[in-house]
Amino acid sequence: MRKYYTKIDNIAGNVATLKATNVGYEELAVVEGSWGSSLAQVIRVNGDTVTLQVFAGTRGVSTGDKVSFLGSSMKFSFSEDLFGRIFSGSGQARDNRGELTDNLIEIGGPAVNPAVRLMPHRMIPTNIPMIDVFNTLVEGQKLPIFSIPGEPYNELLARIALQAEADVIIFGGMGLKYDEYLYFKNRLEEGGAMNRSIMFVHTASDPVVECLQTPDLALTVAEQFAIQGKRVLVLLTDMTNFSNALKEISITMEQIPSNRGYPGDLYSQLASRYEKAVVFEEGGSITLMAVTTMPGDDVTHPVPDNTGYITEGQFYLKGGVIDPFGSLSRLKQQVNGKTREDHRAIMDGCIQLYSKCRETREKRAMGFEMSEWDLKLLAYGDSFEKKIMSFDANVGLFDALKQCWEILANHFEPRETGIRSNLCDQFWPKNS
Amino acid sequence: MSMIGRIVTVYGNMVTAEVEGIVRQNAVAYCKRADGVKLMSEIIRVRGKLVDMQVFELTRGLKVGDEVEITDELLSVELGPGLIGMVYDGLQNPLAEMAIQHGNFLTPGHYLKALNREKLWDFTPVASIGSLVKASDNLGKVQENIFDHFIMAPFNLRGEWKVKSVAPAGKYKVEDIIATLEKDGEVMEINMIQRWPVRMPLGIYKQRLLPTQPMVTKQRIIDTFFPVMLGGTYCIPGPFGAGKTVLQQNTSRYADVDVVILAACGERAGEVVETLREFPHLADPRTGGTLIERTIIICNTSSMPVAARESSVYTAITLGEYYRQVGLNVLLLADSTSRWAQALREMSGRLEEIPGEEAFPAYLETSIARFYERGGIVELNDGRTSSLTVGGTVSPAGGNFEEPVTQGTLKVVGAFLGLSYARSYARRFPAIDPLESWSKYSGVIESQKVTWAHSFLKRGKTINEMMQVVGEEGTSIDDFVIYLKSELLDSVYLQQNSFDEVDAACPVERQRYLFDLVSETLKHEFKFANKPEARDTFFALTEQFRNWNYTPWETEQLEEIEASIKEILASKEATNA
Repeated sequence: MRKYYTKIDNIAGNVATLKATNVGYEELAVVEGSWGSSLAQVIRVNGDTVTLQVFAGTRGVSTGDKVSFLGSSMKFSFSEDLFGRIFSGSGQARDNRGELTDNLIEIGGPAVNPAVRLMPHRMIPTNIPMIDVFNTLVEGQKLPIFSIPGEPYNELLARIALQAEADVIIFGGMGLKYDEYLYFKNRLEEGGAMNRSIMFVHTASDPVVECLQTPDLALTVAEQFAIQGKRVLVLLTDMTNFSNALKEISITMEQIPSNRGYPGDLYSQLASRYEKAVVFEEGGSITLMAVTTMPGDDVTHPVPDNTGYITEGQFYLKGGVIDPFGSLSRLKQQVNGKTREDHRAIMDGCIQLYSKCRETREKRAMGFEMSEWDLKLLAYGDSFEKKIMSFDANVGLFDALKQCWEILANHFEPRETGIRSNLCDQFWPKNS
Repeated sequence: MSMIGRIVTVYGNMVTAEVEGIVRQNAVAYCKRADGVKLMSEIIRVRGKLVDMQVFELTRGLKVGDEVEITDELLSVELGPGLIGMVYDGLQNPLAEMAIQHGNFLTPGHYLKALNREKLWDFTPVASIGSLVKASDNLGKVQENIFDHFIMAPFNLRGEWKVKSVAPAGKYKVEDIIATLEKDGEVMEINMIQRWPVRMPLGIYKQRLLPTQPMVTKQRIIDTFFPVMLGGTYCIPGPFGAGKTVLQQNTSRYADVDVVILAACGERAGEVVETLREFPHLADPRTGGTLIERTIIICNTSSMPVAARESSVYTAITLGEYYRQVGLNVLLLADSTSRWAQALREMSGRLEEIPGEEAFPAYLETSIARFYERGGIVELNDGRTSSLTVGGTVSPAGGNFEEPVTQGTLKVVGAFLGLSYARSYARRFPAIDPLESWSKYSGVIESQKVTWAHSFLKRGKTINEMMQVVGEEGTSIDDFVIYLKSELLDSVYLQQNSFDEVDAACPVERQRYLFDLVSETLKHEFKFANKPEARDTFFALTEQFRNWNYTPWETEQLEEIEASIKEILASKEATNA
């Protein structure tokens, strides 16, 4: 028989405390009142005082509301029935279809033993040249998209979701605007990917605690599929909202903030989510892409800064394109030696020339005289931006490499490119 | 002997229990969950009847009133033959064995023995029956890979004991008795395993010595410009993406030491996996074996419980001290000490201690200092010297070196290899900033020569900054040549291509030779008609030097390249007209 408590002592922020006994740490509770009921989680037990984090927030919660404990931590139903479904951050159905109650699994379990991990070794083609050619995405990688608000990061995420070959797509939205949520839903439906997708969505108007749960739900489900041998792609947007939710809770809990109000364990909190990216020996994998918006384009802000230390590189979205200099896929070396022999040479050669082009543009802006070589670089930079960097470019890796060679051939002699001569002999377009 | 207490508070990874009786600070305790699973913890504060413990596992499901089993043993590690080649978590559980027994996940409550109990070791007695031994004196030895692994009298032995018996040469397991000692009628049986508390420095030696011998890393910028010595300490701070990890990996591969201990502390699991999967296949040029045969990995990656992260660096350094005690030269690489400091901060926050700068605890600096001070070169009681070199990476928030962990570390280390984002952005690897970094040690090349070469870098930088303002036209040709010389030194000596088979590791002999060759170029008095000519000449020189770097040692080809370098120099020689 379930025991009810009917006296809440303190209510502040999203946190409530009451007197109760025989309650486990991180156990789930239900708070029922005249304004509806909400799940809550135990975040501290001290003698007979229990501190609860109320998922729906404490607005309207009365000190006389009924509280009961469920005897276990948060669980979620896992089965093939999840495909095509949309859930909220507390795991409730958001799509007017029934709740699932079969095969409950625990949310936010222990870490994977490093000894059973494999090095990521398979390329994920995205048909975006700036990724495929220059910063290859690798299966099992964790990679954030650093961006200032207003950049097309959600479009990029949606494109990767639709074009990457993945058995399962799991989407976790945190603090989304409602129309962003609809955008993703529509894109997945139009792209015909909804039947292999599962969405967990927390919108900006939902209670902040649910924002904290969203990535854990998404990643726990992803982990279960990966154990079954599935190749799972997890998309999270936006981790800055998640971090801000952490900040909100920790300040309510009167924790001493470490940097710009964020809690001291921000790194560990982010890492325990990102580190779910994995390649198992048995074949399943989780690839994780997450958006991190940078307030004020400041990469030293605690959220992008801590993220950068955790993830295996980053895609830096700037001016509507993936910036070739700030972006880095640390795992690209694992795969780009095996695609085609000119891949690495094109990757280095094109970027070095483009970087020289940028220098030349600066020189031009300062009013220095342009030499013939400078003019070549400028022309090259323009076509490189238009054909390769542009967000519209949508070609496979080999076609993208071919285009790169063509652009080089249009503007340079082989020896000017700095690319090894045996590669130029083999790949340099003949008709130019 | 253990006592039972009851839980009164659970908050994150901190649990408070009420207990009657005597408790010891830093002793191990086990929190017993309702389902019987025991979670390992360490006592970190005692307040009357209340003891605060950090739990090394997820505390989910613990309740007020649950039992706590409090032991009298300090948090300790197991020491003995068979540590090398192992991958342990922060509490010295062998991870490969954990995976076999408990599957893909590190589920709480499983603890395994660190040393293999079944393996047979070839034992040779060293001590003679009837002789007197003190703590850490050698009783016998076994062969561990290419080393003599001495089996020593217990480190906590008091006074002199008489050797009553020693096992004859033969094959033994670690738990077999290999000797008995006797004192005042008391007899003590000795096997190959010792236990030592991780927070206590392990150092039984005649004296500590001043580091005098460089630890060769085969990285030119380190060995020549910012050297590290055997028994010394150094730190590598740098923002993310500056190449800390690659530098650590290169050092762990090429450093001229007997044993390398990698403490992956709060970093990516992927990096550990890379080492784990590659080292068994990479040849160790020194031994003919593979690199894993001289490596121990202690990993507590970022998603593993935070409290165990805090203790993992102590586990690592205790193993390092142990192999120093055995008589070997050990290098400990801790990546990253910032994550360890953050674990301290998290715990301190839960304990509600008054915070210092950036919420780090006030004892951060002394903790860092005590850690690095456990390194050092020593003369052991039997006269051999052995060393423990400690290198730690620091991951300063936002790449800003003015933060407490970097500053606390700089005070206690002998060398500072500061990585710069600007250099890594420009793909100048290793991205150690030659103007910011320093070393108090002397390296493989006389310091006078090094200082002279270094002066080119400083002047080159000043001239380059000036050129940004006045343009190339406004710069005199003499200054321009100095700038080109500094760029040459940078690109062919400081920079090193870790992906090239030859260039990845530059032995001392080769470094000295190259240094002289580069110095000759720096000294050379050039004569140029104009700047483009100067630039072209240096382009050509740089290219030749690069080829030199990529060409194997003692080959004809190498001599040819050297000849063409000299030819270029001669062709542009200033004549005393």
